[in-house]
Amino acid sequence: MGRSVSIAVLTAALVFGAGILAPLRMSLSATAQQKAETTEVKIDNFSFGPATLTVPVGTTIVWTNRDDIPHTVVSTDGVFKSKVLDTDEKFSFTFSKAGTYPYFCSIHPKMTGKVIVQ
Amino acid sequence: MTGKVKDEILYDHNHDGIDRRGFLKCMAWAGTGALCVMSGGVLKSYSLSRLPELSGKEALGELSFVQISDSHMGFNKPANPDVAGTLKAAVDKINALSAAPEFMLHTGDISHLSKPEEFDIVDQILKDAKPKDVFYVPGEHDVLNDDGKQFLERYGKGSKGNGWYSFDKKGAHFIGLVNVMNLKAGGLGTLGHEQLEWLEDDVKHLKHSTPIVVFAHIPLWSVYPEWGWGTEDSAQALSYLKKFGSVTVLNGHIHQVMQKVEGNVTFHTACSTAFPQPQPGKADSPGPMKVPAEQLKSVLGITDVNYVQGQHALAVVDSTLG
Repeated sequence: MGRSVSIAVLTAALVFGAGILAPLRMSLSATAQQKAETTEVKIDNFSFGPATLTVPVGTTIVWTNRDDIPHTVVSTDGVFKSKVLDTDEKFSFTFSKAGTYPYFCSIHPKMTGKVIVQ
Repeated sequence: MTGKVKDEILYDHNHDGIDRRGFLKCMAWAGTGALCVMSGGVLKSYSLSRLPELSGKEALGELSFVQISDSHMGFNKPANPDVAGTLKAAVDKINALSAAPEFMLHTGDISHLSKPEEFDIVDQILKDAKPKDVFYVPGEHDVLNDDGKQFLERYGKGSKGNGWYSFDKKGAHFIGLVNVMNLKAGGLGTLGHEQLEWLEDDVKHLKHSTPIVVFAHIPLWSVYPEWGWGTEDSAQALSYLKKFGSVTVLNGHIHQVMQKVEGNVTFHTACSTAFPQPQPGKADSPGPMKVPAEQLKSVLGITDVNYVQGQHALAVVDSTLG
């Protein structure tokens, strides 16, 4: 009686433990992957550079405002939207789905860019 | 005008109606603002730094008010590390007028980052000006992060929609428009359908002889669309004003003086009280322009003057040093 209970507990612990560990392992590898695939876009002279960027799924893009004037990074389709970025401030977004993501600066709408995720 | 105040284009090297030397003079800009004088239903504007050249009668007219613009409180980059100081300089000039103007117009970009403390500082500085009434329209820097909620709470009492309104002073009709909201990718300033409808209705019952003064942040004429210096649907707005004999449009945004006359409409843009921006297409971008410190501190004004007949070319006013 006593033995069968302890075996049941052990089994449950193993199953439960595996259940926890599996997603943990996955997220660790996903983090490692994202780190390897961070791409920068620089905002200089009222333009995004590069203005068009093609990246694999899972890539994180970091925008940095290097102008003396604040800018924003706003998805035309409402997918992402930064707060206002003053000089040297950054905004990042991770693209988890394939697609084309046009964006612009909502303060200076002539500034446009595009991220193509494959 | 008296002979003392020269308003013609003096140096038009490219024969395009643009006075480039006048432009450079405009870059000596600290503490700038414009005094607007309504006389015989026609509005004229004078740089605050040139007021000693004007007679008391000229400076008074039937109605006089001041336009200031683009204070960018909170900006602290090398182009001007003391925007509070240069705004105070503008207030000092306003207070030095022999007759106090009736009121002030601020054509937007009061703040640099829409921070409450930035608005507070401007409010505090403008409290020291003799004219007590200030009428505002927002610039894009005043409506960051909150779709203009804070701006409306502070300055939009009694306004419609995103902050547009009109009022009458001494027989002239003033219209404050908002063209910095809901900007679309790749586009220019926008007034929008609701505001245009309101405008049409607002002026419908006015007499044709009523002088009209429209003020908004982004120019309501196409100054330089490549840099976003224009308003998508301004032509429709102006079509409602065709019947009036005298229409004056006052804008900011481009941090330099330009004027243009088209039919019954005179367009003016004002200098910034904070920092200059390059002339259209003459730099990689419209970012702040650094001028030598001694120019910043010692040479004031010489920004704008009254009218110029530009025909269809872009007309830029020359302004002579005192």
